[in-house]
Amino acid sequence: MDAVLFLIFAAIAVVCALNLVIQTHPIASALSLIGVMASLAAIYLQLGGEFIAAAQLVVYAGAIMVLFVFVIMLLNEGKERKAKRRLWVTIAGLPLLFVFVALIHFMILRVLPPSDSVKFGAFTGGNAEAIGIKLFTAYLLPFEVTSVLILIAIVGAIVLARKEVD
Amino acid sequence: MQLPPFQMIAGVPLTWYLTLSAVLFALGVAGFLFRRNIITVFMSIELMLNAVNLSFVAFSYKLKQNDGHIYSFFVMVVAAAEAAVGLAIILTVFKNRQTLEIDEVSSLKD
Amino acid sequence: MQLWLIPLLPLAGFLLSGLFGRRLSKSAINGIAVGSVLLSFLWVLKTLSALGAFSGGLTGAPYNEHYYTWIQSGTLNIGVDFAIDRLTAVWLMIVTGVGLLIHIYAVGYMAHESGYYRFFAYLNLFMFFMLVLVLGANYLLLFVGWEGVGLCSYLLIGFYFLEKFATDAGNKAFIVNRIGDFGFSLAVFLIWAHFGSLDFTTVIAKVQTMPVEPNVGWITAISLLLLLGATGKSAQLPLYVWLPDAMAGPTPVSALIHAATMVTAGVYMVARSAPLFLHSASALDIVAIIGIGTAFFAATIGLAQTDIKKVFAYSTVSQLGYMFVGLGTGAFSAGVFHVMTHAFFKALLFLGAGSVIHALSGEQDLSKMGGLRKKIPITFATLMCAGVAIAGVPPFSGFHSKDAILAAAYEHAPWMYWVGVITAGMTAFYVFRALFLCFFGEYRGDPHHHPHESPPSMWIPLAILAVLSLGGGYIDIPKFLTPMFGEPHEGEAWLMYVSVAMGLGGILIAYLFYVVSPAIPDGLARAFRGPYRWIYNKYFVDEFYDATVVEPMIDGSRELLWRVADVRMIDGVVNGAGATASAVGGLLRRAQSGYIRSYAGWVVGGAILVIVYMGLKGGL
Repeated sequence: MDAVLFLIFAAIAVVCALNLVIQTHPIASALSLIGVMASLAAIYLQLGGEFIAAAQLVVYAGAIMVLFVFVIMLLNEGKERKAKRRLWVTIAGLPLLFVFVALIHFMILRVLPPSDSVKFGAFTGGNAEAIGIKLFTAYLLPFEVTSVLILIAIVGAIVLARKEVD
Repeated sequence: MQLPPFQMIAGVPLTWYLTLSAVLFALGVAGFLFRRNIITVFMSIELMLNAVNLSFVAFSYKLKQNDGHIYSFFVMVVAAAEAAVGLAIILTVFKNRQTLEIDEVSSLKD
Repeated sequence: MQLWLIPLLPLAGFLLSGLFGRRLSKSAINGIAVGSVLLSFLWVLKTLSALGAFSGGLTGAPYNEHYYTWIQSGTLNIGVDFAIDRLTAVWLMIVTGVGLLIHIYAVGYMAHESGYYRFFAYLNLFMFFMLVLVLGANYLLLFVGWEGVGLCSYLLIGFYFLEKFATDAGNKAFIVNRIGDFGFSLAVFLIWAHFGSLDFTTVIAKVQTMPVEPNVGWITAISLLLLLGATGKSAQLPLYVWLPDAMAGPTPVSALIHAATMVTAGVYMVARSAPLFLHSASALDIVAIIGIGTAFFAATIGLAQTDIKKVFAYSTVSQLGYMFVGLGTGAFSAGVFHVMTHAFFKALLFLGAGSVIHALSGEQDLSKMGGLRKKIPITFATLMCAGVAIAGVPPFSGFHSKDAILAAAYEHAPWMYWVGVITAGMTAFYVFRALFLCFFGEYRGDPHHHPHESPPSMWIPLAILAVLSLGGGYIDIPKFLTPMFGEPHEGEAWLMYVSVAMGLGGILIAYLFYVVSPAIPDGLARAFRGPYRWIYNKYFVDEFYDATVVEPMIDGSRELLWRVADVRMIDGVVNGAGATASAVGGLLRRAQSGYIRSYAGWVVGGAILVIVYMGLKGGL
């Protein structure tokens, strides 16, 4: 049962990712990315990461991707023009990708014992309470630092994107 | 990748999650290298970050600790900040160059 | 005995004149220059009499003074030593005595020249080096003096440095000398290699224990290389070409350096190395052959020259050839004897010529002289004394020394005697040709010139030298040098008569040609136009050397060394280093394409490499 669920969401994720790479119009890519994120949230749930799944949907898909969509619509560039692709890229591109993936896969296999398996609900430390405790005790400093980081990002974004005052 | 026997219902091998992460990462790299629209490139970067997040969470399950979740959380925060600033920069570039092609923005060549 | 004073007094004169001469008055410079040489001469007299040279002493080992060790390296030990034996004594007397007379003469001769203090500074420096040369007790000190006199010769020949022909002559002298010096240096190295020391006494003692070397071997090689050095310095074939050109210098220079002292350095060196030459079967023969060849060759050239100084220059080359014949036939003392008498009459000839030139305000061409004997009587009288001396008329000095050499030549190889006798005839002829053209007949020069006699500072040395030329033959040098070179050889009487007859005959023919009927020589010149042209142009030797040696060397340097080695190879390497750096930089610059995607591509490529590497290493 778990495997079937996993496979469904994994397939959705991969298809959406492929779509992101293949589509010419940026808005289609953005929507595909939202699809990827949603399926990933489901997979997080399988792994016991409830808080992370929620954060993914709220922050990533809900805020960041919406920002992306806004910007795309603002710029309104339209489809990407056809590029003259060099021959070696067309021929070697896909195989190289496969090679890349295969490499990583075999590395993983070498390290991890094959009997490791995931059961839904086996890990309960991913709920908000546990995460919260960890965040505010062991990782307090990085937490505060990231808040400063967000502040900097806000200031930077405002400065960069404002209109010139003549 | 070996298919476990009829205990398929019992659990999912961890390696599958990691392989999924690898595939998503590879797709992100492909998009990053082969797309010419800046925003699409940016979204490929976000895809790569997501893949990494998945990897973190998978390992955190294996180790039965929630530190991986924390890291994942931080990755998200940083991705948010980066997206904000990055899109602001893209807006500025668009204002100056009137183009979103990544090949046009090459003033730093020799 | 403070031998070091002898050379150092002129050196002090050089330093004073050289450093402060600009601010000193003429009389002060005179005082310094002449005074230093005078003091040196007096010191020589004192030293020699103290050593008993004038009273039969100074036989056996030379008197040696060691000052300090110059080079101490491994087994090489060379000290600064001065030594006097009878051979050195002869040279010391000649150099300081005749040198003194010439310095006094130069005071009058150079009175109107610019660069007065510079002239006397150089002259004193020359005296220093020449004295070091003769006093040195090892080959290295001799070489120091050798090089030093070469340097002073260059400086003094090119004294009128604003004239190109003077500087060219100076260059020529120095460069041709250098070729000889090359041979000398090689000889010094070989001496060191084979005898382990450069001291004269040590080397001579060692070589006396060796057998006479048949044909070619080390001793012969050393001797021939020393001979090469001597041909350069003493103007023998084939390196004599610099001496006639050296007449570009002031006349006192010609007298001192190129007649009496420097050019005899080669003779000194060969005489010093006599045991070396004696232990080689063929070296001495070659010395004699070169000597007689040079004597004859130069005499033929002197027959047709029109510049009075050039006549005497070729005469010097010829007489030096005689000295080498003396050395080469084993009559070393005869050669040295001729050095002394030659110093007297040749210095007198040059100084007298200088007096004539001075009287005529710079005219040197014989065809523009004539009938001067009434106008400059003292010069005329003294030059005539020199003439009879060089012609070998008895009982004057030249006769004694030349006769000794010819006797030894006959003993060695009769054909050398006959060639020498013919050369003696030619010598008498061309010297008297010059004298008759100058003093007899009608004055053919510029009517505006009024020939006047020289001042006393000039004619007093002439008079002293005249006395020495006439009576110098009675200073019995061969007997003086017996402890060193053995008993002088007495020749048969008829040899003497023949050579005297040739000398007198030469004078007579010259009288005939140039006083009685001047038309004869012109007629002869026209009749034998070809040979005349050859000897007038000194057998085109200079042109020949130019074409075979000088031009190829200049071309070779330009084409090969400059264009190829310097420009292409060395500059190529240096520029090439820069060009390579630039090229590599250009290559690396391609990575900075400005395209973000290519950067990303590199990043991914690098990441893959790292992963592969880690995978191969066997661990994440």
